[in-house]
Amino acid sequence: MKIPYFPGCSLKTIGEGFEKSAIASAAILDFELEELPRWVCCGTVSSLTTDDLMHHLAPIRNLIRVEDIKETQLVTLCSVCYSTLKRSNALVKNDPEKLKTMNQFMDKENEYQGSVKVLHFLELLREMGFDKIKEKVKKPLRGLTLSPYYGCLLVRPKEFGIDNPEDPTILQELTKALGADVIDNPYQLKCCGSYHTVDKPNLVADLGYKILTYARNSGADALVLSCPLCAFNLDNRQREIKRQYPDFVEIPILYFTQLMALAFDLGEEKLGFDIHYVDPVPLLKEKQLLIDSLPLIKEK
Amino acid sequence: MEEEAEKEKMVKVYIMGREFEVPATLNIVKAFEYAGYRFVRGIGCRGGYCGACATVYRFKDDYRLNFALACQKAVEDGMYLTILPFVPAEKAQYELDKLKPRGTVLLELYPEIARCVACNTCTKACPQELEVMDYVQAAIRGDIKELSNLSFDCIQCGLCAMRCPAEIVPYNVGQLARRLYGKYVAPQAKHTHARVEEIHACVFDEELDNYSILVKEDVEKLKKIYVEREIKVG
Amino acid sequence: MSKTIRLDSTEAAKFAAKIQERSGEPIDMCFQCGECSSACPVSSDMDLMPSTLVRFTQLGLKDELINAKTIWVCASCFHCVTRCPKGIDIAKVAEALRQELLRKKLDYVEVRDLSMEERQEIPQIAIISNLRKFSR
Repeated sequence: MKIPYFPGCSLKTIGEGFEKSAIASAAILDFELEELPRWVCCGTVSSLTTDDLMHHLAPIRNLIRVEDIKETQLVTLCSVCYSTLKRSNALVKNDPEKLKTMNQFMDKENEYQGSVKVLHFLELLREMGFDKIKEKVKKPLRGLTLSPYYGCLLVRPKEFGIDNPEDPTILQELTKALGADVIDNPYQLKCCGSYHTVDKPNLVADLGYKILTYARNSGADALVLSCPLCAFNLDNRQREIKRQYPDFVEIPILYFTQLMALAFDLGEEKLGFDIHYVDPVPLLKEKQLLIDSLPLIKEK
Repeated sequence: MEEEAEKEKMVKVYIMGREFEVPATLNIVKAFEYAGYRFVRGIGCRGGYCGACATVYRFKDDYRLNFALACQKAVEDGMYLTILPFVPAEKAQYELDKLKPRGTVLLELYPEIARCVACNTCTKACPQELEVMDYVQAAIRGDIKELSNLSFDCIQCGLCAMRCPAEIVPYNVGQLARRLYGKYVAPQAKHTHARVEEIHACVFDEELDNYSILVKEDVEKLKKIYVEREIKVG
Repeated sequence: MSKTIRLDSTEAAKFAAKIQERSGEPIDMCFQCGECSSACPVSSDMDLMPSTLVRFTQLGLKDELINAKTIWVCASCFHCVTRCPKGIDIAKVAEALRQELLRKKLDYVEVRDLSMEERQEIPQIAIISNLRKFSR
């Protein structure tokens, strides 16, 4: 099934492995993620004041482009894009006056009819059923213990989240279906510091230290998440964490799609590990999950 | 009768608020001059290439602001006209040889592109009808190739920079991308490199010296050589 | 530490109404249970607790609010609204207060002040979101 897909800026740069592994894994599940033509940056955070329409233009323009190609769904991978697109979509669906104003501003472009549904890739996976995903697993992630991390925008605010905002399970279900073990991390919903990574990197390091150290101390080998900003704050900022907390022990960060690509045995080139700050390769070799290290023990 | 037909068609325009009748065949620059204004600065090639005369105009009873190169746009009845002398804009300092064509270089040198809200106002302002907003977006995600292609026909008139609510100077970002693309990304022409090496190796020096002598001593002979030179076609 | 706050009723009421309208949140419904403050992951860096921010907004204490560090510490992570029994989205209140300054050209972050190293390291998703929140 072909489905229009919105990459967002990060997936073309720091989240390259996220995109590559997602497209490859989606193909295994018969989804063809087709990049939305002429997409523009979603704006990353939704405007939160009632009188500001300017910052909703970009998300709405993307939704117009979905209608332009006669489609009704738009799937995202990045939690931030997901939230921003979904919130603007809801805003104009609930407020025809605002939609009218924005449509008038769009000038020669087509008007937005409000026919598009914004989805996160994880929702597609849940809809198809984690059992079905389990069937496609060639190389179960046995022996790998993961700490799912949701952060904020994937589940909050609840009107725009994909799962229970206080007790989500979707990442747990997916990682279990892929054969990995899962630990409970009470920090799985705590903020990573988000955009404060620009002006308050120390605050981001404090938050990261708590999230990552809990995971490490509970026996997790790596964190699994779905947001490139969380990934930057929890992976690249480990350098700052280490500087602030000398006792800190590094831990790799993985996108859920990288786990899928590993479990579906799609080859290392689809994983994009080379741009991670904390290299997950030694861990995955140790767990015999990467082919080029040790001869693969084929599962029945 | 005949005289009447030959009489130029006149249109009514408003120059900085004052009404004038000018011939309909004139472009905006010439209409100003017809009305008695003289341009000392701010008008360049008058051929649509340099971008110096980019301007804005409105029609009577129309809220829309229109954009054009004043030397290219013919006057129409009811136009409200002005001439914009210059759009102040900042250009980043860089040494092209020291830059790498990686995607983030545009954000490093022009970090304000991160303020783009994709409102498309720049695209609406472009007299070259470029998709300016799309190329600023390409800049944010570091797509140098897309950015150079989309901005290729830019003449740096500055209207996008003046209209941008995020105070971005799109045309300078495009210029940087085209330079990076030309230097590092686009395939190099091998024959050009071969020729440059020949020049460095002084292969043509003797021939050139001979011509230099002819410039002084026998121009007619030089002309003959020029006319009869070998021309490669295709 | 106790502090006497003098209320200029007209000005204060106007400011409270302005923030209520700009944020679109039913600020008057807050009864100070404090769930938001206990849920906030960055309250340790705040001078006014999220619940105090809402209380001060009810009272229209403009100076205290726009000079508070809190509005620049909120990370818009929406923990507070998830816990609030009245569903008040304090991230929206903080944004409405920040806008009070940003709309007067008082930027909190100036992108050109970032060092070249920061520009090279920090991904666009972080810079764009930061500017959306902290720059006009």
